[in-house]
Amino acid sequence: MPAAPKTRREILGGCLGLLAAEACGQGREQTGKSPSGTQPTGASRVVVAREPALRTGGSVDSKRLAALLDRAMQAFFNVDKPVEAWRKVVRPGEVVGLKVNCLAGKGASTHPILVEIICERLQEAGIRARDILIWDRLCDDLESAGFRIATGRDRIRVMGNDLLGYEDELSTFGSAGSLLAKALTRISDAVINLPVLKDHGIVGVTLALKNLFGAVHNPNKYHPNVGDPYVADVYMLPPIRQKVRLAICDAIDGQYEGGPSYMPQWSWPFNGLLVARDPVALDRIGWQIIEDERARRGMKPLREVGREPRWIRTAARHGIGTDDPNRIQRIEV
Amino acid sequence: MGEALDRRTFLKAASTLPCMRALAADDARYVAEARFWEKLPHRKIKCKLCPRECVIDDRERGYCGVRENRGGVYYTLVHSRVCAANVDPIEKKPFFHVLPGTLSFSIATAGCNVNCKMCQNWDISQVRPEQVRSIYMPPREVAALARQNRCATVAYTYTEPVIFYEFMVDSAEAVRAAGVRNVVVTGGYITTEPLKELCKRVDAVKVDLKAFTEKFYREVVNGELKPVLQTLVTLRKLGMWTEIVYLVIPTLNDSDQEFRQLARWVKSELGPEVPLHFTRFHPQYLLKNLPPTPVKTLERAKAIADAEGLHYVYVGNVPGHPGENTFCPKCRRVLIEREGFFVRGMHLKQGRCPGCRHPIPGIWG
Ligand code: SF4
Repeated sequence: MPAAPKTRREILGGCLGLLAAEACGQGREQTGKSPSGTQPTGASRVVVAREPALRTGGSVDSKRLAALLDRAMQAFFNVDKPVEAWRKVVRPGEVVGLKVNCLAGKGASTHPILVEIICERLQEAGIRARDILIWDRLCDDLESAGFRIATGRDRIRVMGNDLLGYEDELSTFGSAGSLLAKALTRISDAVINLPVLKDHGIVGVTLALKNLFGAVHNPNKYHPNVGDPYVADVYMLPPIRQKVRLAICDAIDGQYEGGPSYMPQWSWPFNGLLVARDPVALDRIGWQIIEDERARRGMKPLREVGREPRWIRTAARHGIGTDDPNRIQRIEV
Repeated sequence: MGEALDRRTFLKAASTLPCMRALAADDARYVAEARFWEKLPHRKIKCKLCPRECVIDDRERGYCGVRENRGGVYYTLVHSRVCAANVDPIEKKPFFHVLPGTLSFSIATAGCNVNCKMCQNWDISQVRPEQVRSIYMPPREVAALARQNRCATVAYTYTEPVIFYEFMVDSAEAVRAAGVRNVVVTGGYITTEPLKELCKRVDAVKVDLKAFTEKFYREVVNGELKPVLQTLVTLRKLGMWTEIVYLVIPTLNDSDQEFRQLARWVKSELGPEVPLHFTRFHPQYLLKNLPPTPVKTLERAKAIADAEGLHYVYVGNVPGHPGENTFCPKCRRVLIEREGFFVRGMHLKQGRCPGCRHPIPGIWG
């Protein structure tokens, strides 16, 4: 049931809603549907899509970004049209959560313009606006990254876990014991993970796996030992494994040092997107991109500064995906 | 809050993780500049309150989740932000040598600087302050409530008072000025300088020594043993009344060897007069797969510590067990009879055994 074509502004109208003080907990029961493609054929494919002319006059050109996203999705799913790619990710009637990364405010967070285009594509694939939820840990973080909180049930919703709440029962795996965000457990049937390409001063890098720290109530407990095995263990919590269907890493800008805060002196325009079903493979490629940039700038590798993200290896051992570069198909488009 | 609490009023946030945005709306009242931290380049901060020494980016929090870097300045988010308040018997802390039979006004904020797999208060210790219901209770209110409820002490307890250090210190001053004593129930994971400052304002400290191996601290506590032992030594050097609780967990910290090493260390480094409580574990939080501690194990631990020459070794969380009583180490006369958290018989006379006049250490009046 694809929506009638709309302008991007109409589609994102939902995000321009009031900062309403609506009651929290407007959860929706899980549908119980099996997620499509949790064991995809492209499990270890990573598309690295780049567009050198992504910006005009210093700001991101939305048309070129949309074209870049389409190119990346078509390449990843090996289809001719973007809508065909999206239909391999979501089905009409599903509620789709878009897990952005907004901790660092503007500059080092998922770009709202990218999320806007993704919302447009989801609607073209038959997802109703009201069935799209853009979420992160805190409403304040979302706002500082340029999103507007929107809680109305008839439009795209933008909400933090501080508004939506967490489960009361612990979910556990290995070193992880957390209350999971209802945005993940109750509201979303499918989650699209939208991390950024960024250095992290404690756990090395923050990419697809670590972005799910935003789905637990206690991420501050998971940074010791350079995040190993915590990042991998959190990702093993069943609702995360079951519902996250795709990762699209916003690599419009990358940051190779000084994260997770935004440090403009250590950011560079990568002008790209990384797309994968396999978050481990995506993280392995993203880490390499960051290392390459560090090397280009004469900086030591993360291993030498005590921040090698060993949890990527641990995640591979858990069976989440593959971190072996020889078994990852890196597709440049 | 202007009214006295009922004796058993327990304001612990029963339903955790409510709609937190509404709760956060007034959080300016709870924010105060933190103590014991240093600035690092690029608006980063190093917290030096506890041995974890978190390095924190702008807009981030430390491991404990209650201290936040805002633009290169470090703040506590839990000053006067009480998520649990209760009037407890002091035996519940447990303190067995501090004003037996009295009440203790017991308070906590959210947060903790470790993450013990057996935590019985994880719903307030392992969450951020905005994730539990709290009430505004400034230090003068703490002191007033303690007096109104006829409490001999205020106890900073339930979660980990080290992480609400600023609130604890400010409250301790107000409480002492009101003629009430202060006691602290802690895991002892604190650096020396703040510990020394704290000790100027409080009267007794109970340390949860969770095991006697680094392995246990690493795997079960998410902390380290060595700094906790250092805290115990510092407390004794400062003359602070100190009691130790050791929660005995089947298969994890219950070997004869560990009990013996612990008892020997306590005797040699702290002295035989420091009370040592072996308490019973009940499965919860992340350790639900283990059974409750057999009473025989606690008795074995006590027997070993007694044999090593400690004078005051107790069995805890087993109401009615004779190991709850205090005996004279010289003539073995029973001095304080307890059942659970209640004192059934008090035979001490001016801090001495009524039979042989042996002095019993503690705070008795
Ligand atoms: S008190 Fe909190 S922020 Fe400070 S070092 Fe300890 S855990 Fe980290």
